[in-house]
Amino acid sequence: MTAAGAAGAVLPVRALGRPKRRSLAQKLGFAVLGACMAANILFLGAILFFIASRGLGAISWAFLTQVPRDSMTAGGVAPAIAGTLYLTLGAVLFALPLGVACAVYLTEYSPKGWSSALLRVGVNNLAGVPSVVFGLFGLTVFVKYFGFGVSIVSGSLTLGILALPVIISASQEALTAVPQSVREASLALGATQWGTIRRVVLPAALPGILTGVILSVGRVAGETAPILFTAAAFYVRGFPHSPMSEVMALPYHIYALMTEGTHPEMQTRIAYGCSLLLLALVLSVSLIAILIRQRQRKVYHA
Amino acid sequence: MHDAVIDYERQMGMENFHPSLVRGPAGADAEPGRERRPPGPEPKLTARGVNFYYGSKQALRGISIGFSRRRVTAIIGPSGCGKSTFIRLLNRMQELVPGTRMEGEILLDGMDIMSPACDPPELRKRVGMVFQKPNPFPKTIYENIAYGLEVNGARDRNLIEEKVVDSLKKAALWGEVKDRLKDSALGLSGGQQQRLCIARCLAVEPEVILFDEPCASLDPISTGKVEELILELKKDYTIVIVTHNMQQAARVSDRTAFFLMGELVEEGDTERIFKAPRDRRTEDYITGRFG
Repeated sequence: MTAAGAAGAVLPVRALGRPKRRSLAQKLGFAVLGACMAANILFLGAILFFIASRGLGAISWAFLTQVPRDSMTAGGVAPAIAGTLYLTLGAVLFALPLGVACAVYLTEYSPKGWSSALLRVGVNNLAGVPSVVFGLFGLTVFVKYFGFGVSIVSGSLTLGILALPVIISASQEALTAVPQSVREASLALGATQWGTIRRVVLPAALPGILTGVILSVGRVAGETAPILFTAAAFYVRGFPHSPMSEVMALPYHIYALMTEGTHPEMQTRIAYGCSLLLLALVLSVSLIAILIRQRQRKVYHA
Repeated sequence: MHDAVIDYERQMGMENFHPSLVRGPAGADAEPGRERRPPGPEPKLTARGVNFYYGSKQALRGISIGFSRRRVTAIIGPSGCGKSTFIRLLNRMQELVPGTRMEGEILLDGMDIMSPACDPPELRKRVGMVFQKPNPFPKTIYENIAYGLEVNGARDRNLIEEKVVDSLKKAALWGEVKDRLKDSALGLSGGQQQRLCIARCLAVEPEVILFDEPCASLDPISTGKVEELILELKKDYTIVIVTHNMQQAARVSDRTAFFLMGELVEEGDTERIFKAPRDRRTEDYITGRFG
């Protein structure tokens, strides 16, 4: 009784007495949010439909497995697929350990102060650097200074640096999300700090770190500018035979098909085929990573 | 009499290091077979003149207290009195908090745990801890207990399995989990999780167990089970329990220490503390006049 009286004093009774107006506002809110989401789906669907409708015709078993013929107007794009896989794999192999180690240092070891804050700002700024600048950096440092030449190694390292900030910030987030109480539990059992990180913190953060890898793979596989001067070639006879060889890569191949060559109509068809392939590649890599993540989740969260 | 004991311990000081706590050449000199003990009941764990600071704020003022073998000592007091801070000093967990500083001595079997010769991980093996909120690892029930054994160098799978089963039995959890050892520990109830944490602690074979408000997040039935367990463990271990629940202190402890605003106001046999407190502030707290 007194409780109801008190509530009446704070909340005017009429606030509860106008259900129609309130539900109308609510419905309007939902409608706006729903429309925004629909617009997103529409864009995504349009892109997929557009690429698929133009590219599907070009895709065939031969397209996936053969080398290009007749100055890029016939045959397949197998070397470009292989090149993109090599470059992406190389970039992840380089950036994953480096990025995770950096994140571990920043979250677990570095004293919290202006120096680590500065490092964090640096990492975030690295993510904002235009990719063509990474390309020039790779040309100067890896291709020229270290003498790796235009090669898979140079391209992988350049793409790896591009992927670093994504992997670092995702890993940092994942590590910070591991509750302090779990670290304390491990330390209280006589584990060292490093043992705690290796055996408790990193495994618990793994799903989040994998998310960072998924994101970075998606970005790395599709980038053109960083490999422009460091790895890619319009045409290479056959498949790459060593980490030091130039490669064809799907994103660069699309760019080249649309800007160079002598048979634009036939090349455009192949370019759409490549686009569809690149999309499928990125999506399937994401799918694999998501599946791994789900399995991890099952173990960790019953 | 008491002063004589303290003097004796001070003399012994450095020579009496437990071999497992000593790194480097000093460890080779120690004689594990010959443990010299002062006459009379020497406490397992002793704090002397402990001050503790968070930055410039002093949280503990001159705490001196001893914890005896096979006894449960309860530390009671209102929130913010420094009881959790103090118990976390006993296994050097509190030093992980940045910007803190400790003065004074804490002796385990007569050896200063703050000395450079003491390795914190080795100390924490001997002085185990159960925390306020159950904090099992996001691993299976089995792995949760095997973990402590593995970080301490156990490799023999059969031996590990034996210890896991043994620890779960000691923690009165075996019957409830024996068919689901491979399930995630996070699927257990809060009370089961806390007993798992106790089992995990027991597996490492500590000598002292510190309980930091172990029942704060448990329901009365789970609390009862944990209290029973503490009484059972008393037979083998030195136990210190922080609690803000006075009934709990009365139920499980042999000795009680009352903390207030960073000071140890009074310490003594639990029965005496509750029936005939000597300090006015203790009496006020126990009778519920504040806190």
